[in-house]
Amino acid sequence: MIKVTDLVKDYKQKRAVDHLDLTIKKGEVFGLLGPNGAGKTTIILSLLGLTEPTSGSVYVNDWNATSEPLKVKRIIGYLPDNVGFPENSSGFESLIYTGMLNGIPEKKAAEKAAGLLKVIGLEDAGYRKTKTYSKGMKQRLGLADVLMKDPEIMILDEPTTGIDPKGIQEFLRLIRNLSKQKGITVLLSSHLLHQVQRICDRVGILVDGKLLAEGNVQELAEKLSPGHKGRIIVKAEPITDDVIRELMNLPDIGTIKKENGHLIIEGSSGLLPYISKTLVYRGADLYQISSKEYSLDDIYQHYFEGGAEHV
Amino acid sequence: MISINTILKEVLNMSDKSLPSPFWVMVRKEISEHIKSWRFFILMGLILLTTSGSIYTILSVIRDNPAQLSANNTFLYLALFTTSINNLPPFITLIGFLGPLIGIAFGFDAVSSEKNSGTLSRIFSQPVPRDYFINSKFAGAYIVIILLIFALGFLVTGTGILYIGLLPAAEEVFRLFMFLIFTAVYIAFWLNLAIMFSILFKQPSTSALSVLAIWLFFTIFYSLLVQFGTHTFLPADGFAAQQVTIALSRLSPDFLYNELVTVLLNPSIRSLGALSFEQISDTLPSLLPVGQSILLVWQDIIAIVAATLICFGISYALFMRREIRA
Repeated sequence: MIKVTDLVKDYKQKRAVDHLDLTIKKGEVFGLLGPNGAGKTTIILSLLGLTEPTSGSVYVNDWNATSEPLKVKRIIGYLPDNVGFPENSSGFESLIYTGMLNGIPEKKAAEKAAGLLKVIGLEDAGYRKTKTYSKGMKQRLGLADVLMKDPEIMILDEPTTGIDPKGIQEFLRLIRNLSKQKGITVLLSSHLLHQVQRICDRVGILVDGKLLAEGNVQELAEKLSPGHKGRIIVKAEPITDDVIRELMNLPDIGTIKKENGHLIIEGSSGLLPYISKTLVYRGADLYQISSKEYSLDDIYQHYFEGGAEHV
Repeated sequence: MISINTILKEVLNMSDKSLPSPFWVMVRKEISEHIKSWRFFILMGLILLTTSGSIYTILSVIRDNPAQLSANNTFLYLALFTTSINNLPPFITLIGFLGPLIGIAFGFDAVSSEKNSGTLSRIFSQPVPRDYFINSKFAGAYIVIILLIFALGFLVTGTGILYIGLLPAAEEVFRLFMFLIFTAVYIAFWLNLAIMFSILFKQPSTSALSVLAIWLFFTIFYSLLVQFGTHTFLPADGFAAQQVTIALSRLSPDFLYNELVTVLLNPSIRSLGALSFEQISDTLPSLLPVGQSILLVWQDIIAIVAATLICFGISYALFMRREIRA
């Protein structure tokens, strides 16, 4: 559905997107994750043909987005970061306007707008002027606005910024449901991984215009930290060098560190029985043993701090 | 407001069956936003208040004491627009002064406000060519301005007919039409200038101040500067000084407009510059026909139309090249 090949976009000061390849399949919910300024919006704008790539190509549904933006925009619904509506019109009127820009006759657009206001839960507020709306209501209205044209692809730029946590949950669930019911391909960008990972089929991590990794959450965790499956924290007495040597011989174990009375072992939770057995066998008293899997958030954090040098 | 919308629909959708083009949908939205805005009401009020005073005085003079008007003024309706009585500025001066304000008020935040409120990127993601946006901004505001100017002109003429009881002559009607058309063109110049600044500056207040500064410069300071300049470098009452003053003044759109409408509404003006005694000696002090009046200010017409188009061209180019980052 979306195919980006070797995309480069230079601005005066910096390279916003650096040789990026990206493919998104039909019906998929794809999360584009990255810190602010990683190039997420630039990628989105080039998908809509709103910015011209320095080199490389962007195809949406086999149309070149740069040379045929009108065709592409007919099937893409775009919810921009900080979406706004004409203040003195109601949400309902704004939706009709969007519909008419997409060539829907006014009457049909009105019926559709009324239906969508129900879907997003703004049946009552939808007829008030949009300047009275909260940020969350604006985002929901934005989603309805995107749906007015019956998009095949929805692109949502930072859709969760400024909504309260409960609102975020509802909003994301709404997006996911819509995508699955209507078979809409969704590309959503965010800098908050833990919010997005729940509803995405696949995520891509973007740092400094480069896609560091893509895949579903598990794949990503493996790709980003091969061997670093997790940490096991052990408190046992006494721990001799022999014990440590023996632990090192267990399969799939990484480094072992001693840290204020605790042993920190790199490895997955599958090792817990073996470690405890070894310790007990060696005559150590086991007080505590626990494992901590690396969550994607940890990995993500790790990459953001370290930048691209870890690849 | 529903009635306005229905009227607009009637006017802009040629037929119900064919779909309105997105461009006209956008223009329609612009028009309805302008008409519903406070800005529009304030400007309307301002113009009606200031002009009605001037028109009322002239009408009462025409009815009660016509001798007070100059004797060779055969065109009563033109006098309605041009005569100044009791130091009240005539209609054309008021419109020349307030007209640019209308243009500026309708244009100074045309692009920046949409950008700041986040509606711009939403519109851009719709399947409409990019230039529809800037074109509809201009077209929408301009249709409102044209309607406003013509409504005002007809209102004054209508009041005149009711008051005086005579019908205007065909030539008067024609001259008035030309006057209204070129007033609209002149306002379009300021509208385009304001739209240009709304693209250049992110803050609407910066753009408003810049256009207002230009407007003040041309309406007030420019003529002073020109006079000061020519008088310092050239002998005061000489023919050369006068020619240079006029030539320099014509760089100001304000001066061009005033010259243009004064000649259009005063058939007795036969020349724009100074005439020598030989040139005047055998002429009959008759009135110019419309065609000759237009010929006299042809260069002014060209200049104003050109300035308007140049401003629009620059805005268009600026807008199309802008990166659309929210």
